[in-house]
Amino acid sequence: MTRTTDIMGWGRYPRKPGQMVRPRTETEIRAHVAQNGIIARGNGRAYGDSAIGSASTLDMRAMNRMISFDDTHGQLVAEAGVLLGDVIDAFLPRGWFPFVTPGTKFVSLGGAIAADVHGKNHHCDGSFGAFVNWIDVMDAAGHVTRASRFENTDLFAWTIGGMGLTGVILRAAIRLRPVETAWIQQNSLVAPNLTAAIQTIENTQAATYSVAWIDCLAKGKNLGRSIIMLGEHATLSDLPAERRDHPFSTPQRKKKTFPFDAPTACLNKATVKLFNALYWRKGKQSTGTSLVDWDSYFYPLDAILKWNRLYGRAGFVQFQCVLPLDQSEAGLTAILTETAAAGQGSFLAVLKRFGVQDSKLSFPTEGYTLALDFPANAKTLALLDRLDAITLDHGGRFYLAKDARLAAATLHKSDPRMSDLRQMRLKSGLDRQFSSAQSERLLL
Amino acid sequence: MTDLAPVLILGGRSDIGLAIAHRFARAGHPIVLAARNAETLKDEQNDIAVRYNVTVALTEFDALNTAQMPDFVGQLDPFPKIIVSVIGTMGDQSAGEKDLDAAAQVMRANYEGPALIVGLFAQRLAETGNGTIIGISSVAGDRGRATNYIYGSAKAGFTAYLSGLRNRLADKGVHVITVKPGFVATQMTANMDLPQALTAAPTEVAEKVFQATQSRRNIIYVRPIWWLIMRIICAIPESIFKKLSL
Ligand SMILES: Cc1cc2nc3c(=O)[nH]c(=O)nc-3n(C[C@H](O)[C@H](O)[C@H](O)COP(=O)(O)OP(=O)(O)OC[C@H]3O[C@@H](n4cnc5c(N)ncnc54)[C@H](O)[C@@H]3O)c2cc1C
Ligand SMILES: NC(=O)c1ccc[n+]([C@@H]2O[C@H](COP(=O)([O-])OP(=O)(O)OC[C@H]3O[C@@H](n4cnc5c(N)ncnc54)[C@H](OP(=O)(O)O)[C@@H]3O)[C@@H](O)[C@H]2O)c1
Repeated sequence: MTRTTDIMGWGRYPRKPGQMVRPRTETEIRAHVAQNGIIARGNGRAYGDSAIGSASTLDMRAMNRMISFDDTHGQLVAEAGVLLGDVIDAFLPRGWFPFVTPGTKFVSLGGAIAADVHGKNHHCDGSFGAFVNWIDVMDAAGHVTRASRFENTDLFAWTIGGMGLTGVILRAAIRLRPVETAWIQQNSLVAPNLTAAIQTIENTQAATYSVAWIDCLAKGKNLGRSIIMLGEHATLSDLPAERRDHPFSTPQRKKKTFPFDAPTACLNKATVKLFNALYWRKGKQSTGTSLVDWDSYFYPLDAILKWNRLYGRAGFVQFQCVLPLDQSEAGLTAILTETAAAGQGSFLAVLKRFGVQDSKLSFPTEGYTLALDFPANAKTLALLDRLDAITLDHGGRFYLAKDARLAAATLHKSDPRMSDLRQMRLKSGLDRQFSSAQSERLLL
Repeated sequence: MTDLAPVLILGGRSDIGLAIAHRFARAGHPIVLAARNAETLKDEQNDIAVRYNVTVALTEFDALNTAQMPDFVGQLDPFPKIIVSVIGTMGDQSAGEKDLDAAAQVMRANYEGPALIVGLFAQRLAETGNGTIIGISSVAGDRGRATNYIYGSAKAGFTAYLSGLRNRLADKGVHVITVKPGFVATQMTANMDLPQALTAAPTEVAEKVFQATQSRRNIIYVRPIWWLIMRIICAIPESIFKKLSL
């Protein structure tokens, strides 16, 4: 099936008219990849233009069959269009959970591998790629190669974090984590400013999960005030007695769908401020430990389907950078000051400590990563350019899965690995075969 | 969980049929997928088995081959307690207006085949005194329209058949559910431009079917708005209706 539609990412900015195909079999994919300028698309949760093909977009969501599960090692083999939420649905009741999950369960395995996504446990466990045993990748000739840490190691390294630019991931073997319950023991701490937040995060590195929400409208001595949320998989003995018989059953969350494009006026300075203030007050009141179900803990936003419409038709953009440890506090201070001064608070400002990671293309590296989102308009786009400059000044780099507007020169200056990717692609002809609006914009 | 009723899906390749299979499997029911060229459904079979840890069997079935039907029913082991017919084909209305065979094929695949096979199952279920028969019919059967009355009339026949069956089996412990999905985004409709608000996902149909089975509903429209639309369409006087293009 082939359609021409407006194709966009989760931020709904930018939108590009293009052709979208939805293959159901490997044979159908083979027929499509012969065409130049194609890119695989998972569930469209990358914010910008990563999953918009320059000529054609390969919607992988019908390639969503599970293939096998080995319950001694927790290895799941599945097609790339399977969603992380499907994996949880199928295996959490049997005591398994993904080792690494991003802040939404509506991502495909292919998307999670191609962006090498990180979770709240990066400082302990690393990124999604660390739990990928092997992948099958189809090249433009339709040839399928199995790649892992033991065979076709180059292809494996380029594809994890490679944003679909090395071919189409057809299927993957991933490792799941054994868990005793579907609950998380959460511990929330409050930090009055950035220095305290970093201190608290550094002191709690032993926690499996750790993430901080920053009130990004706070200024002056309150700059960077945060709520730090730590978490551990609850064991059976952590559960109240009446839950121990059904450790994997949690209350069903009611799903709501954001019904329409909000008028732009809905999301102004006042509402953002109100939201941040309320969140702060609520967070402060609920500090201490509590038992939280997996869905509410990992995926608070998933409860409101299509929440991206909150930003109206113009869409929104994310800014996410990572700064090396020794530059983190200075760089974060500069970014938060600039943001607060612009009065462009973001609904969600998330701070996270990354552990050591050294990979060919993946985003994470030891340091602090900050994610902010803004309505897409001229004023915020100008602000983002200033945040780019601050990031560069502090030796940081940018997350392609969130990007919709970075300049090629900025990206290449921040991250020399991107030039390696470009050279490799030019040499092998991959640059013409697999390309996205993003790879064209960023000269990848 | 092993004693949950096996569910047979007639038309196991269809998106709606597979979604229904997934929904019942998620609740722990063993599944049998019946289809033409059933062996090409191995990936789907595997998928359901891996996801839900239930047994999934494949079996060959052609709804136009009525002679084979008694044997087909006889060889099923375990014998299914919940039978879902998803079989149907849209056909080409304009071809059917000129070509008798084309029209007959649509009539047979939407009415004759599904009705005869669920009739056979009804006979068997009535003997044991329990079970559920679920027929996927269509709102197109509520009133014939110029653009699809061959398909629609066959669905109307199937709807009436299910209604009669329900009436007959009401005191025999066998429950019959008629499903009128409205628009559904499937392979059948992939090339049509359907209004989003009126179009359900196959998983939505499956959820409604599953719930209707639990609560023993009789006739369901997947999106409630379709009930209203069809009440209005059916209320239009024939003298006006015949001049409309709907
Ligand atoms: C609410 C929300 C929270 C998020 N939180 C986090 C977070 O905490 N951490 C994090 O790391 N990310 C996070 N993200 C980003 C998200 O995890 C990534 O963008 C992920 O890649 C999306 O997966 P997808 O299946 O939707 O892929 P898409 O958005 O469709 O595609 C993303 C990239 O993957 C490539 N791709 C997809 N499938 C294939 C395939 N089969 N073969 C080859 N390439 C493929 C595409 O070409 C594209 O470059 C979040 C996103 C949202 C909306
Ligand atoms: N999609 C909609 O908008 C919509 C709306 C209302 C009602 N419906 C009804 O819902 C049901 C499922 O439709 P769908 O949308 O999922 O479309 P579909 O994929 O085309 O499903 C139809 C199924 O019927 C099977 N079939 C047709 N003739 C057959 C025969 N002679 N023997 C055995 N199997 C036969 C097909 O099997 P093969 O794969 O072997 O061809 C296919 O699996 C149909 O009854 C349809 O009329 C659909």
